[in-house]
Amino acid sequence: MALSLPAIMKTTAARLSALYLLLFALCAVLLVFYMTSLSARMLTAQTQDTINDEVLGLARAYQRGGLPVLVRVVEARSRQPGANLYLIADTNGQILTGNVQSLEPGVIETEGWTKEPFSYRRFGEGELERQRSPVSDQQSGENEVQAQGEKGHNAIALVLRLPNQMIMLVGRDLGEPERFRAVIRRALMLALGMMGLGGLLIWFFVGRAALKRIDSVSEASRRIMGGDLSGRLPVTGAGDEFDRLSENLNSMLARIATLNEGLKQVSDNIAHDLKTPLTRLRNRAEATLSGKHRTTDYRQALEGTIIESDQLIKTFNAILMISRLEAGYSSESTSRVDLAAAVRDVVELYEPVAEEAGVTLESSVEGSFAVDGNRELIGQALSNIVDNAIKYSTDSTGKPGVRVTLERVGGEIRLTVSDNGQGIPDDADRARVTERFVRLEKSRSQPGSGLGLSLAKAIMTFHNGRLDLLPANPGLSVVMSFPGREEH
Amino acid sequence: MHMPATQSSSEIAYNGSMKILVIEDDREAADYLQKAFAEAGHTAHVAGDGETGFALADAGDYDVMVIDRMMPRRDGLSVIAGLRSRGNTTPVLILSALGEVDDRVTGLRAGGDDYLTKPYAFSELLARVEVLNRRASSREAETVYRVGDLELDRLSHSVRRASREITLQPREFRLLEYLMRHAGQVVTRTMLLENVWDYHFDPQTNVIDVHVSRLRGKIEKGFDKPILHTVRGAGYMLKSG
Repeated sequence: MALSLPAIMKTTAARLSALYLLLFALCAVLLVFYMTSLSARMLTAQTQDTINDEVLGLARAYQRGGLPVLVRVVEARSRQPGANLYLIADTNGQILTGNVQSLEPGVIETEGWTKEPFSYRRFGEGELERQRSPVSDQQSGENEVQAQGEKGHNAIALVLRLPNQMIMLVGRDLGEPERFRAVIRRALMLALGMMGLGGLLIWFFVGRAALKRIDSVSEASRRIMGGDLSGRLPVTGAGDEFDRLSENLNSMLARIATLNEGLKQVSDNIAHDLKTPLTRLRNRAEATLSGKHRTTDYRQALEGTIIESDQLIKTFNAILMISRLEAGYSSESTSRVDLAAAVRDVVELYEPVAEEAGVTLESSVEGSFAVDGNRELIGQALSNIVDNAIKYSTDSTGKPGVRVTLERVGGEIRLTVSDNGQGIPDDADRARVTERFVRLEKSRSQPGSGLGLSLAKAIMTFHNGRLDLLPANPGLSVVMSFPGREEH
Repeated sequence: MHMPATQSSSEIAYNGSMKILVIEDDREAADYLQKAFAEAGHTAHVAGDGETGFALADAGDYDVMVIDRMMPRRDGLSVIAGLRSRGNTTPVLILSALGEVDDRVTGLRAGGDDYLTKPYAFSELLARVEVLNRRASSREAETVYRVGDLELDRLSHSVRRASREITLQPREFRLLEYLMRHAGQVVTRTMLLENVWDYHFDPQTNVIDVHVSRLRGKIEKGFDKPILHTVRGAGYMLKSG
């Protein structure tokens, strides 16, 4: 399962992983941006508060002793480590005192808070910086601040005009918020890295596992497509979606195999059993054409041809009907059918035929036995079975008779047609006789297509029932078992 | 094979010649039908597709229509439904290659009066068309059927021949009732199975023949003249004389 990268990217698992990774990364970036901007704003507000306090103190110093006291205080404060920015300039912008060596031009021109952070340079810059944070310098995050320090720090400040028109600036370095932002950025990078790794791991363990299962399924289906219809998809027994999918596909395959088998059987049957009557038909026509005959001979031949064709059509219809019923896509609708009525109808239909053949046809049916089914089909199946029973009861050693009974056994309704003929003593023969075109040696003398029982069996399958042939000693019992109708 | 049917049906005075419309897209089958109907003494017009057929049926005055189910331009069921919605009540026999029970049901529900699956014997088609003939199908309302000296009272369920009471089983009564309603017309075995037993399949054995011969025994025994005739290759006909 060595896959190249483009092939991997074509897999759903990889695509989904990549998509999730992208989405999570996007969310993380948004979250971090929101958090940094929020905290930056908070820090700025804090800085401004500090500056305000500072200004308040300086204002008090100014009130106390005017400019000289103010300058003294400023100078004193400027020298403290990590001091704020102080600057006092005259009206011309000439710096009188403070710890700021240079400023971005135009900062002190406008009173109030500086709109943007501005860059500045303090007196004795480099040494002070190194003194203040010797350890943090080694940390990678500090590099940025360091780099910034070389081209000057950023700060915000409050610019005021003193009563004597001189300008005072009180500011605070933004190093702290900058550092904070750097930490956040680092955390973000780390999180993104972890997420990428996590995504890869998830894909590897989850996606690849899924991929493997899918691959084994497609492998199996390729094998099946190759003609091995008996092949089945792997089921791991985990009972997950893949297993369910495989199970469903497997039952579909089983269905297809059955249909295919049926189709094959039908074509085999057609090849073997329709060829004979067709050849007979053709030979009759040929024989009639050759040689001189009287009109009545032609007439007879044609009538024979029609009878033979009708028989062929009947056989053909029966084959089609059987395969349609077996395929289960028959459009025949079902409704409530009373089996007792069906028995009465068919027995009544066959009673004269039985009497003519010297067979006693009797039925003991009381009450009503409702099933979900198709009256027409049930009637046809039953009449085929009764027809057979009458035919084969005539070789009975005693008085030939056929009995039709209807009973409820467990959840089933059993319709049994028994005759007292010779029956089918051989178990294998009994099993075989419902197959298409199978006619046992003894029955070859009787008219029939060998499809009657096959059709009955197909009809029973259509009704979710069974057709069983049991020895009746003497004779044969054909049992149609219907699932009992659920009363709604 | 339809010759006997032809002879017998042409003897029926009230049945006479019918005007039949055949809507069938299979040219050869349609030509054959036209010829065969003509031989049987009827006039048949042929339409090769549903639209033409609909136009002809809507304009003409036909006794019976034979309509194929699957046709180009407009299918048979739609033609029938269209005609019925325009108040056309001409009896329709549907021809179809489809043969399942439900196809029959949908066909009849669409407004067809009878249904025949291909392939069919012409004698069967002719018998069914003659029974459908609307000028002949007015006997439904009569309460007493009379054919020669045979008399069937539908209300009292009694049958007499030459004033002699004949006792029939319920099914025999229905069989005779159907034969008498269509007296003078050929009635096929499948028609009897459909109309008397309400089954549409082909029984393997000649069950109907045995029922008919039993009935024949009851209504002919002891009388000189046969009244229930076998029409060779087609079916039966109840007819006096």
